[in-house]
Amino acid sequence: MFNYVLKRILQLIPALLIVSVASFSIIYFAPGDPAETICTGPDGNTNPESVEKFRIEMGLDKPLHTQYLIWLNNVVHGDLGYSFRSEKPVFEHIITAFKATLKLSIVSLVVSLIIAVPLGILSAIRQNSLIDVSCMVGASLGVSMPNFWLGLLLMLLFGVYLHWLPVAGYGAGGDIEHIILPAITLGTGSAAVTARLMRSSMLEALGQDYIQTARAKGVPEQVVIGKHALKNALIPVVTMVGLNFGYLLNGSVVVETIFGWPGLGSLIVDSINMRDYMMVQGCMIFVAVLFVAVNMIVDISYKYIDPRIHYGAA
Amino acid sequence: MAQHNNQFMDVIERFKESRSVTIGATIIVLFCLLAIFAPQLSPNNPTKACLDDRLISPFTEFRYPLGTDHLGRCFLSRLLYGTRISLMVGITVVSISATVGIILGVVSGYYGGLPDALIMRLVDATLAFPSIFLAVAIAGILGQGLVSVMIALVVVDWTKYARVVRGSVLSLKEKEFIESARSLGATDLHIMARHILPNIVAPIIVVATLGMAYVILSAAALSFLGFGPQPPTPEWGVMLNAGRVYMRTEPHLTILPGLAIMAMVLAFNLLGDGLRDILDPKRSVIE
Repeated sequence: MFNYVLKRILQLIPALLIVSVASFSIIYFAPGDPAETICTGPDGNTNPESVEKFRIEMGLDKPLHTQYLIWLNNVVHGDLGYSFRSEKPVFEHIITAFKATLKLSIVSLVVSLIIAVPLGILSAIRQNSLIDVSCMVGASLGVSMPNFWLGLLLMLLFGVYLHWLPVAGYGAGGDIEHIILPAITLGTGSAAVTARLMRSSMLEALGQDYIQTARAKGVPEQVVIGKHALKNALIPVVTMVGLNFGYLLNGSVVVETIFGWPGLGSLIVDSINMRDYMMVQGCMIFVAVLFVAVNMIVDISYKYIDPRIHYGAA
Repeated sequence: MAQHNNQFMDVIERFKESRSVTIGATIIVLFCLLAIFAPQLSPNNPTKACLDDRLISPFTEFRYPLGTDHLGRCFLSRLLYGTRISLMVGITVVSISATVGIILGVVSGYYGGLPDALIMRLVDATLAFPSIFLAVAIAGILGQGLVSVMIALVVVDWTKYARVVRGSVLSLKEKEFIESARSLGATDLHIMARHILPNIVAPIIVVATLGMAYVILSAAALSFLGFGPQPPTPEWGVMLNAGRVYMRTEPHLTILPGLAIMAMVLAFNLLGDGLRDILDPKRSVIE
């Protein structure tokens, strides 16, 4: 087990190095000289002297590979540079934003499981019934629906017409009123995927021999479904949580932007629009490391969820 | 040959039987027709602003069947021309990323060793980023425009093809017919192009069809966020973003482009899911 974890971490190093090069080079792909780019605000005014001073201060006059190594060393030590806009450390901004994104992701995940698990089970035990067909049609629509559109429709219905919920914002630190609409928007897409998976894995579980045995020995149907089948059918759904996290992180870019939720998604979009490239760099590397770490933890935790999986040979 | 024909007819039969293939393909054909005949079907010029006719509601004036937007542009014409842009972006991005992914995937699976290690690390690095974050950063850095969006989507999309192709090549490589081709003196290039490629077409078609749905949806999202084409272009995501300001009084400006995106994405998803069920190699093994 320990060897497996170590191996996984070592395997990640080359990929993470490429990730760091890609994040580092973002500034160089932006039009113009990096020092000028960093010093130029949205207003476009630069003072040549201060640009030169900044260039030397930041080591931007050194050769590219030296710059990269300096930058990488800083990143490894948690120093992602300073935001051009606020002049505060990028890392500070990212941590604040991450908390907001995490909050939204968790609530969205709960929303999606509340929708998906019961509907998936119901579809499986009433296969080909009206409930099943409508759930699966709903799932197809949910997967194909643009989340920005769903967000705007919910906003229109609950915020503008019914006045039940605030249209957008973070409230006092992301209170329940403000989180409902973005969480439903974000949760619906992943609910659609999860419901399909729940249905198919439940169907597979119900087709196993041990289910027949359980029925034959007179175990009540609720117990057969709730205990024997569901326990096994939930394994792929639980492992989906890792995939779901990627889904939610991706969705957060659009959903946070619409609802004015101050998370990582809206941070990166704002930073790009404001040409705050240090912040964009920081967001990219942070999100990549986070994503990779979550996927790895999920992979490793499979073993605990499903004792049949062995990593000896892997 | 006769058996080959039978198999082909069998697949065609299964296409007709599959409800999701039929529905998906029908909607796609319909969208293609709308895209081709957009100039003939559009009642007005989609980019011509007419400030006297601003924000007309749908079904109120004969000249503008679906009303007008905030600059008095015919909304139906804009939606019709939007079909062209979405299909064009989808086809372009999918063909480029499939080509790149197939070439790298075949090389990676066929040669193994160092090329495989290098290509796979590149795949890992690309997949380390949540795709929309990477696409937003690339599109944002390259500057607004449809080309930036397409480049960004190619960068995040090629890995799918590379992985699927590599996996299929790995399992094909050991088959007898490849070995016999090699012992007959066929070059690597010949084996890859003539013996391997034709055998991995099915999974590629499935990935590409589902890829169309993904690309069209993502392109609309990037455009909605403001990284795509600029206002006069009748792109659905851009239209939705422009319309949301008037959501309270003219909700059709928000609702209709979203419906259009959803219908197109749904069609490709249905077709892709249906094709996967039909072309799934596991199924043909069982039969």
